[in-house]
Amino acid sequence: MAYFILKRIVQSVFVMVAVAFLAFSLFRFVGDPITQMTGVETSIEDQERLREELGLNEPFISQFLRFTCEMLQGDFGFSYRTRQPVANMIADRIPATLELGVVALIISLLVGVPAGVYTALKPRGVLSQTILMTTLVGVSIPTFVIGIMLIFIFGVQLGWLPTFGRGGTVAIGNWDSSFFTLNGWRALLLPAITLGVYQLTLTMRLVRAEMMEVMRSDYIRFAMARGVPMRRLHYKHALRNTMVPVITIVGLQFGGVIAFSIVTESVFQWPGMGLLFLESIRFVDIPVMGVYLVVIAFFFVLVNLVVDLLYVAIDPRLRIKDAS
Amino acid sequence: MSAFLKKYEGLWLFLISPAAIIAAAVAALIVFGAVFASWIALVNPYDLASFSLFDGLLPPFWQEGANSKYLLGTDDQGRDMISSILYGARLSLIIGLSALAIAAVLGVGLGLAAGYYGGRFDVVVMRIADVQLALPAILTALLIDGIARGILPQAIQQELRVMVLTLAIALSLWVNFARTARASTFVEMNKEYVQAAIMMGQRPLRVMFVHILPNILGPLLVIMTVDLASAILLEATLSFLGIGLPADSPSLGTLIRIGMQFLLSGEWWILWIPTLVLVALVVSINILGDFLRDIFNPRLR
Amino acid sequence: MLKITGLTVKFPSRFGYFTAIENVDMSIKPGEIHGLVGESGAGKSTVGAAVIGLLQSPGYVASGTLLLGETDLQALTFTQAHEIRGARISMIFQDPQTSLNPLMTIEDQLIETIQAHSDISHTAALKQAVDLLEEIGIENASQRIKAYPHQFSGGMRQRVVIALAICTDPDLIIADEPTTALDVAVQSQVLNLIQRLAKQRQIAFMLITHDIGVIAQVADRVTVMRNGRVMEAGETAQVLGAPKNLYTRALMDAVPPLDRKIDRFRVLKDDRIASSRGRMAERWLLEGQQHDLTGLSVHNLTVTFEEPRRSLFCKPPIYVALNNVTLNIKPGSIMGLVGESGSGKSTLAKVITGLVTPQSGEMRLGGAVLPVGKSRNRHHLSRQLVQMIFQDPYSSLNSRHSVGDILTEPLWFYGFIKNPVERKNMAASMLSLVGMPPDAINKYPHQFSGGQRQRIAVARALLARPRFLICDEPTSALDVSIQAEILNLLKELQATFGLTILFISHNLAVVRQMADDTAVLRNGRVEEVNTTDAVYEAPQAEYTKSLLAQTPVMPPSWRT
Repeated sequence: MAYFILKRIVQSVFVMVAVAFLAFSLFRFVGDPITQMTGVETSIEDQERLREELGLNEPFISQFLRFTCEMLQGDFGFSYRTRQPVANMIADRIPATLELGVVALIISLLVGVPAGVYTALKPRGVLSQTILMTTLVGVSIPTFVIGIMLIFIFGVQLGWLPTFGRGGTVAIGNWDSSFFTLNGWRALLLPAITLGVYQLTLTMRLVRAEMMEVMRSDYIRFAMARGVPMRRLHYKHALRNTMVPVITIVGLQFGGVIAFSIVTESVFQWPGMGLLFLESIRFVDIPVMGVYLVVIAFFFVLVNLVVDLLYVAIDPRLRIKDAS
Repeated sequence: MSAFLKKYEGLWLFLISPAAIIAAAVAALIVFGAVFASWIALVNPYDLASFSLFDGLLPPFWQEGANSKYLLGTDDQGRDMISSILYGARLSLIIGLSALAIAAVLGVGLGLAAGYYGGRFDVVVMRIADVQLALPAILTALLIDGIARGILPQAIQQELRVMVLTLAIALSLWVNFARTARASTFVEMNKEYVQAAIMMGQRPLRVMFVHILPNILGPLLVIMTVDLASAILLEATLSFLGIGLPADSPSLGTLIRIGMQFLLSGEWWILWIPTLVLVALVVSINILGDFLRDIFNPRLR
Repeated sequence: MLKITGLTVKFPSRFGYFTAIENVDMSIKPGEIHGLVGESGAGKSTVGAAVIGLLQSPGYVASGTLLLGETDLQALTFTQAHEIRGARISMIFQDPQTSLNPLMTIEDQLIETIQAHSDISHTAALKQAVDLLEEIGIENASQRIKAYPHQFSGGMRQRVVIALAICTDPDLIIADEPTTALDVAVQSQVLNLIQRLAKQRQIAFMLITHDIGVIAQVADRVTVMRNGRVMEAGETAQVLGAPKNLYTRALMDAVPPLDRKIDRFRVLKDDRIASSRGRMAERWLLEGQQHDLTGLSVHNLTVTFEEPRRSLFCKPPIYVALNNVTLNIKPGSIMGLVGESGSGKSTLAKVITGLVTPQSGEMRLGGAVLPVGKSRNRHHLSRQLVQMIFQDPYSSLNSRHSVGDILTEPLWFYGFIKNPVERKNMAASMLSLVGMPPDAINKYPHQFSGGQRQRIAVARALLARPRFLICDEPTSALDVSIQAEILNLLKELQATFGLTILFISHNLAVVRQMADDTAVLRNGRVEEVNTTDAVYEAPQAEYTKSLLAQTPVMPPSWRT
């Protein structure tokens, strides 16, 4: 088991290095950093001097190493567009995105898992069929359309909820949180639902499929043959075993949530990392693009690692050697 | 009689399923319209001379002030909505299908080979897939787009828009195909007919494409429909964000972005009609995909 | 105890009704072990499922009565029926691996069952469970009970399953193929356990199986089923030894005996290669037999596999599949290779065909050295001379290719026949030779039964003009009567064409019928090798002796 964990950690490190390499290549090969940073007035000699100072004439590998070291220390370079340190720019935006993502994920789990269980256990009921149809449509509507619709209904027609921005935030140390004011929650609600809906439908369908598969298994049949009470059968046996593969997918979905936040943030003008990334693409602000890449990959890899560790904790077959 | 029905079970199931029929009809309608857009449409949205600002912001035929020539109204530039949708759908479909094709060929090829050879090759392919999976599809597509923007000179950027977009989407989807193909190939490799072929001394390429591939098509086909929907959605999302197709050669996503400007001002048709068409298209594809999945996995019925 | 009268079960489908079982009568007394035997599609499992109320939906009981003691099982509601399950009737299935919830300890699964049916405390239930495990023969029960299912070996797992079934003290246990997945030795222990439980606790057993030997060994009475109907029922000795029903008689004729070799099985289908359509193929095969009969010999063959790494510090463990194996298969003879699962028999087949590379050792085909594993060229002659017939008829033929494609492939690949039309003709002729209708050539494998598919597999092997044939458990997945037909076919072909055959099987009786010489394999080592008669009648190795003793057979005294 320890070996398994070690192997996974090594894999994760490998992925991070690869992503860092990609980001670095972005820096080096897309456009010329010097011209981006200095503009036309600077003389050639000054440009050359800048090149030397930044170490741009050094061999590829040493540049890459320097890049990685700087990253590990938290120095992410400077934005071409705003001339600010990228680290600060991103750090400012992380709370917004993270809070949005977590609330969306919670919504999707709180609704998706029970819905999935219900439709698996009572597949022919009217409610189940309705839920299934709805989710089918839900999977097909792009996130931005959902956002627009919600804005239209709740923001424009009904006027209940604000349609852009974060509303009131409360600063806790460096972290600007929306959680502590009513206004903050009101502003958070629509974007979180938008982001959560897609994840919700995916979760629901997955839980349903897995649970139906589990209900068909031999050990469920055997438990029935032994007269184990139905309630216990459904929850202690079926649901628990369903959760094992579901956990992996939920982990992956967390990554999806962070990614789709780009769209949601764009629709609602939510000042998160996603919006920052979009602007950086429009202005070809390579440093921000590259760092965003690394940060996202890091989240993803971290979540996947946690999921794998959870797996080990839950499934005894991974923890304990088998008899053969 | 029952033997006959069993043989064409798939077809029979299709005919009695209202959802599948409607979905197929809707999809067929949209595809037809997209293919024959140049003949059906009143105006060519790319041709600046064929429309004028004076015709702008006309509502659909059932509202006051409509012009019967433009059944579903016009947008702010005076372009006929129907024409815009037809051309937009065409672009969305072209990009979606091409991206899918590239992703499928690349993914299935690599997945098959990884499953067949195993060993180092498999490890390498899986590592690359891991890295790609650490970045969600949108991100990959955005990145490639951003890189293209940075590398290519301004002049040819516009022309290559479609190609870059297609490539970006394809590169974010291939991993799905690769993993499924690889997993299915592993299963088939243990089957005896594959061992028989290898024992005979057949070339690996022959074993992979003549023997294994036909047997793994089932799950791949299901993924193809799902990924087609994803590809179209991805393109629409990118266009909506302003990174995809521009306003002068709009896809459905671009049209929605344009329409968003009119959300508050009352010209609802500019926004909601392209939205409806997009959603209808993707829902139909998903229904058909679900249907295919049920055929290939009868246990879930 | 259990009385079934006129039971009919139907399955509605969109194509009409499918009658799984019709008009089945059966009665089982307390403490009786009642065998329910039949081939695939007989409906045996359906009877068991109907009694315990776990019919696969949409099946339902169309008519008939099920009486458990005084209780009419049909009249119960779902809740009442569910209460009876475990308390009075229980059921165990074939595969102990999938019957247990992998995420729960044995303790949890036992206690929940006990507490579902009686109102006792956790501690009392735990004690009951531990005592039960000890009674069943699991040592150190108070420790082992805390383990997870995957920590038990196959035989132990089945014991745990049995423990779970009897912990609530039911009156009747339905056992659906309980020993089919187990090795002979383990099977013998489990059968003994069942007998002991029936006698000591007066539990009635409905023992569902396709294995006649098992029935003969433990069943008091037996019911024979075919295609959903009861063919015959009565005392085991009478039904098996002197069957009155035609089908039962044919079934018993098809069972391979362990104590002697019979020339051909008596079957309904005649496999003599007399059909004129098969002549062309026959002549073509005989033409290829011009050179000497080919024998195979292996010397000091060792095959090892590296298991996946378990720890950073230790090297990965090495699994020895074959250990210094030496065998000599005489030209034109059939050598039987007997062994249980894990003995290495399939590995040997894979080494010979070049799919696996040995660590050391040498192989010779007809005197010439056989290159091993990857070093064997794709065009090496042995790839044509050595052909194989596999175990699973459902995966040995590519279901996406037509029979014609499958059969003409070797003809095309080895360059025997250049013209496509002639190739198809030869394939059709070969189909006749193996007893298949020639119009099969345009059909697909899924349109055929298991036995028919094996015939197609034989045809495919022959169309490569082999000299050496490896049969790897060719009939293990087939019904007994079909097995008899295929064994007849193989015997016939071998006699006509003088093929050298390596016949691999775990079934001792089958090997007795086919082989001239027999080798007994255990954990990768050859325990014994000799002529078949010598091995079966005067075994030298302890292992061989115990294998023979533990194989369930019908006592010869029953045969009239």
